[in-house]
Amino acid sequence: MDATGIGLWGVPLAILGGAIRVSTPFIFVSLGEAITERSGRINLGLEGTLVFGAMTAYAVAVMTGSPWLGLLAAAAAGLCFGLFHGWICKFPKVNDIAIGIALMLFGSGLAFFFGKPFIKPKAPNLPAIPFGAWSDIPQVQAALDVNVLFLIGAALSLVLWWAFRNTRAGLIVRVVGDSSDAARAMGFNPKTVRLVATGVGGALAGIGGAYLSLYYPGSWTERISSGQGLMAVALVIFARWNPLGCFAAALLFGGAGALGPALQSVGVTQGYYLFYAAPYILTLIIMIATSSPTRSLAGAPGELSITK
Amino acid sequence: MTDTVSSADAPAMLGVRGYPAALEWIARRAEAFVIPLAALVVGMVLFSLFIAVVGKSPVQLYETMWRGGFGSWFSIQNSLSRGAPLLLAALCVALPARLGLVVIGGEGAIVLGGVAAAAIGVALSGAPSFIVILAMGVAGVAAGGIWIGAVGALRHYRAVNETISSLLMAYIAIALMNQLVEGPLRDPASLNKPSTQPLADIYRIGNIPGMEVHWGLAVGVVACVLSWVLIEKTRWGFAARIAGGNVRAAQVQGLAVGPLIVGFTALAGGFAGLAGMLEVAAVQGSANGSLAAGYGYTGILVAFLARHNPLAIIPVAILLGGIDASGGLIQRRMDLPDATVLVLQGMIFIVILFSETLYGRFKAFNPDLWQRAS
Repeated sequence: MDATGIGLWGVPLAILGGAIRVSTPFIFVSLGEAITERSGRINLGLEGTLVFGAMTAYAVAVMTGSPWLGLLAAAAAGLCFGLFHGWICKFPKVNDIAIGIALMLFGSGLAFFFGKPFIKPKAPNLPAIPFGAWSDIPQVQAALDVNVLFLIGAALSLVLWWAFRNTRAGLIVRVVGDSSDAARAMGFNPKTVRLVATGVGGALAGIGGAYLSLYYPGSWTERISSGQGLMAVALVIFARWNPLGCFAAALLFGGAGALGPALQSVGVTQGYYLFYAAPYILTLIIMIATSSPTRSLAGAPGELSITK
Repeated sequence: MTDTVSSADAPAMLGVRGYPAALEWIARRAEAFVIPLAALVVGMVLFSLFIAVVGKSPVQLYETMWRGGFGSWFSIQNSLSRGAPLLLAALCVALPARLGLVVIGGEGAIVLGGVAAAAIGVALSGAPSFIVILAMGVAGVAAGGIWIGAVGALRHYRAVNETISSLLMAYIAIALMNQLVEGPLRDPASLNKPSTQPLADIYRIGNIPGMEVHWGLAVGVVACVLSWVLIEKTRWGFAARIAGGNVRAAQVQGLAVGPLIVGFTALAGGFAGLAGMLEVAAVQGSANGSLAAGYGYTGILVAFLARHNPLAIIPVAILLGGIDASGGLIQRRMDLPDATVLVLQGMIFIVILFSETLYGRFKAFNPDLWQRAS
């Protein structure tokens, strides 16, 4: 068989490979947002955190030569952004959604400000594991080149799913998310729990950003994120705040995002921009299909402002 | 003078607490001015610290910003030109905010309004200019109105969160514009930058006499004033405020909340669409990627800074237009990245939102808490 001539089979294969590649940032951001929202607060600023994380990871990787240090730095930066959001929302009458919008602009602005000198240099990439090495078809090899962060993300979603049900910390987060009064009655401080949950959420979003700049697309530009941070917020609602659902939804979104490039690779160029918009359209359709004006969403944390 | 106040020798009208009524009147209203202004100052001070930390002079920065934004007649006109689309973009946030909605996708309405206007302008070429310009305006308003009106409808009838849906629709709108401008509407002569066919000169909107500022500024100011009248002086505006405060209460009163929400969001989107039409007719001359210049996002900041008051939007939009206008000068003179302006905007935004927590906390602004004057 001619290795390069797999014809239209290349489309589903490219979508599969693309789903794995594109979904990884979605997995991390949506898991982070799931933790935050489960505690009863929403952080729309994860888009800014993602961009700032991408810049930090790239800059640190360029300077130290280690992508892992870059990853760590991005997580730390994300933690700071998350803690800042959590801290500022502790004050009465401060709107968490509006603060998120402000942090979206601020995080991106700060990333562009400090990231300017790093547009040119090349950073070392995060490693991938060639699961496709058994095949001699290059497309199969490309599709099954799985980055370690994808595997970590998959494992993390499983761990979080288990932890929300079975650990003390997971239950505390859920109690706080469902009722501040109940949490206070049990002796937990909702503000502190939310602060920690928003911080952890920010750190995970930072890791998602590191994946963008250090693996795929694998460079730092001002256009590195195209709303992934925001789509991840919508995705959490679709996933019903369930970490396993987040993982599945992220794969679906990744596949939608890979549709345009996959079709282009086999020569379909008509409507390229519309295929590019597929993830946004899919998100919107899913939001319309799963929302209802008459009943609250199943599994929604009671204290969450966005579903009230 | 009638003797209704206790102290007979009082020279002026006194309020219930025994202080001059004018003082109480000022105190009650001062809060809405003092807190945002103080927040603006704090934001700028924090930004000075930031600039000092990265090793530049904050004094030089603000001096450059002043020179680039307001220092000369030339730069003032530049600021006014940049402020013009911000007026309309901010209304796209401020009007839904009256209903308690946070719509942040004005960029999408601007882009589609611009594309619709350009398409109509090209299609009608040959007709009298006032008809074409009017049709372009209607097309821009309609495109933007439908786009953001849909966000409002989804919110009310399907309970889809308007903040997320409006931003998703902004991304979709930009993709739609790219598709149209690259495909069916493309002018074959536009090689490097895909654009629609250029408008004939007679269909372009010119400058306000005596200024290098196009008529869009006047349109924006009028739109702000009309929006203020709508919100403050009409029953629709009153109904919107009730619905924004408590949807159930509004329904008990028999208000048609659905049409109210769709109407307000559509009007808001219409203003943003008009901004897109003005960009095409007065600035670009055709629809192209420059329509997505970020006015929609700066408009969010303008609206929040103005606390969603349409009259306050006018000075705030011009101020931010000036900051925007000085970006190039800051970049050249001080060797700072062009994102410097974004950082400043982000800082001001955060401080302004933070200042919400201060309302009602100061005794000076609340005469009811004052001690009775002796």
